[in-house]
Amino acid sequence: MLEILGKTNIDFMGKRRWAFLFSGIMVVLGIVAVVQIARGSANLGIDFAGGTAVQLKFDQAIRIDEARKALEANGLGNAELQEFGQENKLLIRLKASTTIEEKIAERVVAVFTKEFPANHFVVDSSTEIGPTIGQKLQQDALIAILVSFAGIIFYVAARFELRFGIAAALATFHDVLAVLGAFYLLDKEITLLVVTALLTLAGYSMTDTVVVFDRIRENLRLRRREGEETIINNAINQVLSRTIVTSLTVVLVLIPLTLAGGEVLHDFSLALLWGVIFGTYSSIFVASPLLLLWPGASVRLLQRS
Amino acid sequence: MKKVGGRLTLLALVVVVSAIFFIPSYQPFYQALPGWLKKVMPSKGITLGLDLQGGIHLVMEVDEDRAVEIAVDRSVVSLQDLLVEKRIPVESVTRTGPTQVTIQFQNAELKAQIQKMIDGYTIFSESESAGSANRLVWELREKEIKRIKDSAINQALETIRNRIDQFGVAEPMVQRQGLKQIVVQLPGVKDPKRARDLIKATALLEFKMLDEDNQLKLDLPARIPKDKEAEILKQTEGKLPEGDQILFLRGVDKDGGREYLVPNLVKKRVMLTGDVLTDARVSIGQFNDPYVSIEFDAKGGQEFERITGDNVKKRMAIVLDNTIYSAPVIQDRITGGRAQITGTFSMQEANDLAIVLRAGALPAPLKIIQDLTVGPSLGKDSIEKGVLATLFAGAMVAVFMIVYYRMSGVIADFALVLNLFCLIGALSALNATLTLPGIAGIVLTIGMGVDSNVLIFERIREELRLGKAVRLAVDGGYEKALLTIVDSHVTTLITGVALFLFGTGPIKGFAVTLCLGIGINLFTALIGTKVIFDLLNQRHKVGQLSI
Repeated sequence: MLEILGKTNIDFMGKRRWAFLFSGIMVVLGIVAVVQIARGSANLGIDFAGGTAVQLKFDQAIRIDEARKALEANGLGNAELQEFGQENKLLIRLKASTTIEEKIAERVVAVFTKEFPANHFVVDSSTEIGPTIGQKLQQDALIAILVSFAGIIFYVAARFELRFGIAAALATFHDVLAVLGAFYLLDKEITLLVVTALLTLAGYSMTDTVVVFDRIRENLRLRRREGEETIINNAINQVLSRTIVTSLTVVLVLIPLTLAGGEVLHDFSLALLWGVIFGTYSSIFVASPLLLLWPGASVRLLQRS
Repeated sequence: MKKVGGRLTLLALVVVVSAIFFIPSYQPFYQALPGWLKKVMPSKGITLGLDLQGGIHLVMEVDEDRAVEIAVDRSVVSLQDLLVEKRIPVESVTRTGPTQVTIQFQNAELKAQIQKMIDGYTIFSESESAGSANRLVWELREKEIKRIKDSAINQALETIRNRIDQFGVAEPMVQRQGLKQIVVQLPGVKDPKRARDLIKATALLEFKMLDEDNQLKLDLPARIPKDKEAEILKQTEGKLPEGDQILFLRGVDKDGGREYLVPNLVKKRVMLTGDVLTDARVSIGQFNDPYVSIEFDAKGGQEFERITGDNVKKRMAIVLDNTIYSAPVIQDRITGGRAQITGTFSMQEANDLAIVLRAGALPAPLKIIQDLTVGPSLGKDSIEKGVLATLFAGAMVAVFMIVYYRMSGVIADFALVLNLFCLIGALSALNATLTLPGIAGIVLTIGMGVDSNVLIFERIREELRLGKAVRLAVDGGYEKALLTIVDSHVTTLITGVALFLFGTGPIKGFAVTLCLGIGINLFTALIGTKVIFDLLNQRHKVGQLSI
């Protein structure tokens, strides 16, 4: 029998203060990101903010500073450029303020045709999104987030106790905020796909939490005499290897997807990858200790000690 | 122990059904099948999303308010004609607001006469408060406004459908979305700009007369470069004679091929519109230059004959979407209900012009609010990368499971393959659209799919550690892991459903694969692997389990 971990006996609950400190920082970061998004000063993708994105694939390598100079000379100085190294691909993004009627995409193509006559290119993709669509997508994304969270809390609360539902939901919130905060910190673009990844990781993180909670519930029923803290610690130690293995299998598929899935899927997979890691951490270090913070639980603990 | 026969048959059946549904997705193989087989088999499999096969996705909004204005403008013209016909001398008939028509006249006695005449126009109601002794004001009725707006979008839908049909795209999609949006999807289009122009052109064809009497007074330049229209319009602002406007004739330099514009003073009054066209086709002139010949219906032909007869030796402008294509001098009365639109255009432009004229005008301009264009090379790239990532991911997980769980890992891998097989079969059966995020969904399903088996195997290990016999341990492991597995699947399913309901395009594709993958995974994990364990136990009475 090959095992990553043998029989463990780690005092997870004892380390909850450190965990709460770390998680608190991540959550604050996430909340800052949410506030910045609401204020419109975060790096929102054009699918939310409205604007134009054109991706060109050149025959020869193109220097990003030359491309920028060419765009500036033609009145498109506010463009954001991003290159995808080996494939001579260049992504040009122009946000908001530009409306679709100005045919920005066509102008961008014209600039490169004029300024780089020797370097032939094809238009890989072009996206133009009007501000009204962007707002609608923001709204839809928000509704999807609220609906799925409400659904998850309701389901877990119905299957377990209310405190399990709330603890699981808080832990999931924590994961989403942590990944969002990390994206914000690295100034990565928040696109529709990233939001999709956040929702998916919320579902997955919940899955992981359910595995731990299931065992905690089972043990609570069997051994009521031990303190809750011990019961929870034992339960986590019992399921530790399986939460790690289940997360590992997902990490194993996300790594190739991040590395080889192409530029469209890169940030999506990255968000999921971080999400799975945070999700595993939070099931153990956030969701479980939160059970102890529930008013009734702490009183019971105090009485015993 | 339960009998395995029934479950094995079920598994086999699922595999066969999945395969049958998948076959049409792989065209080379499907085409090679004998005809009789094709008839009884499903004919449609997985469709590739625009992000994978390239193409354009447009969301447009009909400018409804403009449609109403245009309708009111038309009423103004027909009122003018009616007044002329009945010899009622009025000062002016004008649209004075988006839905308002005002008639000014000097002789107050005419009021009752005009009122009586307009009673026939039931779409208007008189606004008495705004009127006076020399003025009558009518407002378009609310009901009529709603009707115009509603028919505007339907008409636009139909027109766009017609145009796309003639443009020739495989499997286009034209759909109404919400109240006033139109979604157009053209997979695999090679020249997106041309398709976009063709769809977006209002294609309002109008015949108007040049105002030659006043032409010179304005001192218009003979020729201006492209993009300088605004300057001319600004210079002439306020100087234009009543009822006139400036329109530009588009031309191309014979030598340089540079485009230029010729400003012309044109009477605003529309003599005839493209409504009366029955046909438009491309012909080649004597200098090998393409032109579009148009044909009018009976009424239009008569009108055209009358107009040309009344205006011999004058210049008539043929205007499409406020650009003059040509402004020939009418040499003689034109009978026979035919005319030609000449101008400086290429063969392809002439072709597209004929298409939009045949398909008819849009009731109002369209505003593109979303435009996603994906080139075919990116699509191909994405598929290759997606497939590579999927294979790579699958291999990593499969190897890991075998290393970690030995023989049982092989069984989990079998479930994994079964899972993928069923997932692709189910996607084909639903004729689902596979998008790039959809491929990511499949990859994710591989990772999450084995999780059920991990949970079961860990439980079995626990039971074995307690010293239970293999058969009991297996049964116990499955039983105890069941609830956890169901719980964990439902939570992911909830987010999947939310994404499906509120997501668009590629996101929906992701949600579909995720939800299907999770559902199928429950089946393969709980039935697929269990039956193998049972089979092993039955045949060999396993004393030790490789797990």
